[in-house]
Amino acid sequence: MGAKKGGSKGGGGGAEVAEEELARTPLQAIILADSFTTKFRPITLERPKVLLPLVNAPMIDYTLAWLESAGVEEVFVFCCAHSKQVIDYLDKSNWFDQPNFSVTTIESHNAISAGDALRLIYEQHVIRGDFILVSGDTVSNMSLSQALKEHKERRRKDSNAVMTMVIKQSKPSPITRQSRLGTEELFMVIDPETKQLLYYEDRADNLKGYLSLDKALLTDNTSISFQNDKQDCYIDICSPEVLSLFTDNFDYQHLRRDFVKGLLVDDIMGYKIYTHEIHSSYAARIDNYRSYDTISKDIIQRWTYPLVPDVHFFGNSATKLERQGMYRAPEIKQSHSSKIGPFTVIGTGTSIGNSTEISNSVIGEGCSIGSNVTIEGCYVWNNVTIEDGCKLKHSIVCDGVTMKYGATLEPGVVLSFKVVVGRNFLVPAYSKVSLLQQPLKQDSDEELEYADNSSGIMEVPSFSGTLDQLNEEEKTELPNSQEYEAISEGGQEEEWRHSVAPVPVDKLVEIMQITNEVDIANEDGALLPPSGELGPDSITNDSNEDAEDIRDDSIIFEREVEATFQRAVEEDVTEDHIILEVNSLRLSYNMTSADCAGALFYSVMKLALDAPHDSPNELYKNVVAAVRKWKKLLKYYLSSIDEEIEVILKFEEMCLESTREYSPLFVQILHHLYDQEIIQEEAILDWASEKEGAEESDKVFVKQSEKFIQWLKEASEEEDED
Amino acid sequence: MDFQVVVLAGGFSKTLVPLVSKDVPKALLPVANRPVLSYVLEHFEENNIKDFIVVVEGESAALLVGGWISNAYVDRLHVEVAAVPEDVGTAGALRAIDHHLTAKDILVVSGDLISDIPPGAVAAAHRRLDAAVTAMLCSTPISGPSESGSSGGKDKAKKPARHNIIGLDPNKQFLLHVAAGAEVEKDIRVQKSILRAVGQMEIRADLMDAHVYAFKRTVLQEVLNKKETFLSLRRDVLPYLVRSQLRSELSQNGMLAEENGNSKDVSDSKVMLSQLLTNASTQSFHELHALGPDGSARSPRKTHKCCVYIASKSNYCVRLNSIQAFSDINRDVIGDASHLSGYSFSPQNNIIHPTAELGSKTTVGPHCMLGEGSQMGDKCSVKKSVIGRHCRIGSNVKVVNSVIMDHVTIGDGCSIQGSIICSNVQLQERVVLRDCQVGAGYVVSAGSEYKGESLAKKEKQ
Repeated sequence: MGAKKGGSKGGGGGAEVAEEELARTPLQAIILADSFTTKFRPITLERPKVLLPLVNAPMIDYTLAWLESAGVEEVFVFCCAHSKQVIDYLDKSNWFDQPNFSVTTIESHNAISAGDALRLIYEQHVIRGDFILVSGDTVSNMSLSQALKEHKERRRKDSNAVMTMVIKQSKPSPITRQSRLGTEELFMVIDPETKQLLYYEDRADNLKGYLSLDKALLTDNTSISFQNDKQDCYIDICSPEVLSLFTDNFDYQHLRRDFVKGLLVDDIMGYKIYTHEIHSSYAARIDNYRSYDTISKDIIQRWTYPLVPDVHFFGNSATKLERQGMYRAPEIKQSHSSKIGPFTVIGTGTSIGNSTEISNSVIGEGCSIGSNVTIEGCYVWNNVTIEDGCKLKHSIVCDGVTMKYGATLEPGVVLSFKVVVGRNFLVPAYSKVSLLQQPLKQDSDEELEYADNSSGIMEVPSFSGTLDQLNEEEKTELPNSQEYEAISEGGQEEEWRHSVAPVPVDKLVEIMQITNEVDIANEDGALLPPSGELGPDSITNDSNEDAEDIRDDSIIFEREVEATFQRAVEEDVTEDHIILEVNSLRLSYNMTSADCAGALFYSVMKLALDAPHDSPNELYKNVVAAVRKWKKLLKYYLSSIDEEIEVILKFEEMCLESTREYSPLFVQILHHLYDQEIIQEEAILDWASEKEGAEESDKVFVKQSEKFIQWLKEASEEEDED
Repeated sequence: MDFQVVVLAGGFSKTLVPLVSKDVPKALLPVANRPVLSYVLEHFEENNIKDFIVVVEGESAALLVGGWISNAYVDRLHVEVAAVPEDVGTAGALRAIDHHLTAKDILVVSGDLISDIPPGAVAAAHRRLDAAVTAMLCSTPISGPSESGSSGGKDKAKKPARHNIIGLDPNKQFLLHVAAGAEVEKDIRVQKSILRAVGQMEIRADLMDAHVYAFKRTVLQEVLNKKETFLSLRRDVLPYLVRSQLRSELSQNGMLAEENGNSKDVSDSKVMLSQLLTNASTQSFHELHALGPDGSARSPRKTHKCCVYIASKSNYCVRLNSIQAFSDINRDVIGDASHLSGYSFSPQNNIIHPTAELGSKTTVGPHCMLGEGSQMGDKCSVKKSVIGRHCRIGSNVKVVNSVIMDHVTIGDGCSIQGSIICSNVQLQERVVLRDCQVGAGYVVSAGSEYKGESLAKKEKQ
């Protein structure tokens, strides 16, 4: 404990400030000791993730130690999967009897998501003020005081600022599009002035070559910042409202995907999320095997100081730091001919045989490693036996594993508890081996699986026979039942993405080629029309997905208006009522009155077209009749030239696409609309001049109506001269 | 400097009817009694640039502009006036004068730009970053003259404060995203590949493309030739270059080969210099992207750089591309931005030509200008207005916030507010005009009152 105080100046200072500010309510934190994912299977079938050793100390100790040093006074640990183990561990580890730091556990067996957890905590009424929400696999040394201060200041000004997210610079790899922590690349849009979060997308659709943002964002801010080089630390400073929001929106499950997105999209409630960027301090969350690897290395390289192996913070035992980043616990039996490379941690009571080479690895307590063993980039937990001549590369080896003579682990292998690997057996890359019967694949989404299995049913080893079998027949292959298949998501091919092993080079090359192709395809699709000179209503490009999105909306709107109109015709509803209904449609689809005019015009023309007719002449008569009947309605939305132009454009579009029957009648009907004073001369002339710059194919109807336009021009000139 | 300056002077812009007429193309519209084009030319002259290519749309306009230029700048500037067909757009205009372009870099300026931003700064930014194109950006003017293209406003739809949407890198050096024209009103679409390469992108809505571009000549010519449908620099060429900057389709090798015509060591030293200037230790994201993720330049990807020069807020920079802008600019040039006018103001903060005659009890307020040989009767009052040459103004006339061009006759008791009166207009007695534009040669009959109208003679075709 003493070491921690001395180490973190920021943390210590932060605690003081925080204490002053929080004289009335103690600073509270919620630790979710369950990640509600299945990323760490099969290990997590037997032991909860937060208790997995990270550089020889359970993850939750890092989180608790950080919170304590950052001035948090009350911590609620929410346990769900293997809750007994978590509580037992906390009991043994003395976290419960710290002065000025109370740890309380909240146990649940049926929570299947972070949302459920927070709802449950809300019901317990234990949170009284702003609180820190983290998961039990967070490693950080940041001082909370600055972020808390900002959060409270914002809250004072605007009670809707309910959350502050901590982010940190971290550029994802341009090839794999993953951060170094193995998480998907994250796109955020932040207001550079206020640091408000405006957009959050952590599961970007790679096939879409662009981000599309509502233009309304720019009406409120003159400047917004797109960020792709940040990492979400999953440390949130929340107001009590967050809990009640989860209760109100009982379908919120995931903190980011549901809650954050929900708040950003839904501006009715007006809640705001802000970000706090940390620069020099460390914060990261162990989300998958890759981040386990990355964060372990960060700890060994002391980025997380004071949470490093040679500083006794809590769950770890005393270790001595030697040169080149070598950490050695006492009582190590090491042969003189063995070589231990840089950035390696060796736990207490481990013995290492002759000519063994270990580099960039973490070896737990009580392991016995034979002679001529090579261990490179591996995480070997406690009480592991590795016999002579084994080779391990970039693997995780859990407690109690035995590797017999000459066994080899290829990169990315995970051996769960007590697995025995036979003599000279080669475990292929990315395999995950466990003694437990694997749960059947369920079609439920990933969040559910973990929780279901975690309720304790699966904790019994399946059959001990396997163990014996492996022990006796030394050359057996691992039975299939033990081979852990990749989780439904992603499939085997995607294993490398989240593995402890570095991404293989050939994979990189492969992706690079794919992304190049995708990019080219995207950019072709996103090309603008040759000239932006066309009116704002012209569709930019047919292959343009985004335009299609907008189109979709307007098509639905059009259909709705048409349906409304038809119903009105059938039921003989008055015009005023139609206007009311169309107005409400307009609001719900966020359309302009020009859109309404266009849609209504379309409906009227459709009506005329649906009426029986044999020749174009009769069709024209139908139109005249329909226009006469609905003139008032049409006029209602034609308040300015813009709308009239829209109607002409709409008509043109109809003639080209949906109702080609009208195309020979274009001029005739246009003339009629002019006679009926539905469309003014000015609109027609504007339309004609607007079209001037257009492509030839677009000018068919302008050409058709050339005479009429000419006549209009002359008429207006005569008028002027009179 | 090895820059060629191309001034796009436009033709008879439709947006500016009735201000422009057969005799007055857009480039010759008076701003404080000087053609607007003179502001561009003289601004460059001050910066020691004396060679220009002035591109005018339409033969007749070109004759008028050429005539004026040879009169005014006969022995001061070397100006080549090129006529291009009408409605070819800004890109089309450049395409038409392709064979005139010879320098390494081309500076394209719009002829209707009134600005005090040194063009050298744009050129320097262009050279320093070795950019394919550099665009000058300025803050969106507060009075918000509607920003429509020089090839004539196509968007009749009313748009509140139209401007560009600009994406910049954190150092505000590179142009990463640009939305112009109709794109502005749509949802913001940012290319992920560029965002990925650069990490952070700031999207700004408060900047405006001032239509001053520095292009690498080879790049410009290649784009114009390859993309024959491109009409506008602002709406087609620039967005295209910005979009494709990480996946350049430009044949840069060809460019180098061409430059090999010059001595090779010259180009080498140029590379050195540009690297030194770009602070060689920190590569721009373009180079990093080109090198690929592990720095292995197996097959370097082709990139080109699109840069920006952002004018500071204190600089004046407005384009005369709407009637509103015309009034605003005239007011600013004799008012807040008087340093642009090139005139020296009297202690009363106005300019009255010595040959102008004022009747008794006639007052001319500050921020006013009275041209050569103009006469005013008794008890007139002029506020914040420009009056041209040889105007004859009767008694009891009020002129506020207006622009009156040359040879205008104004009868007694007229009141003119917020209006623009073109040359040779005759206003008979007691005419009241408010927010009107009166086309050249028009006669307003006695006693008539107009508000917010545009009066012009029908031009006989």
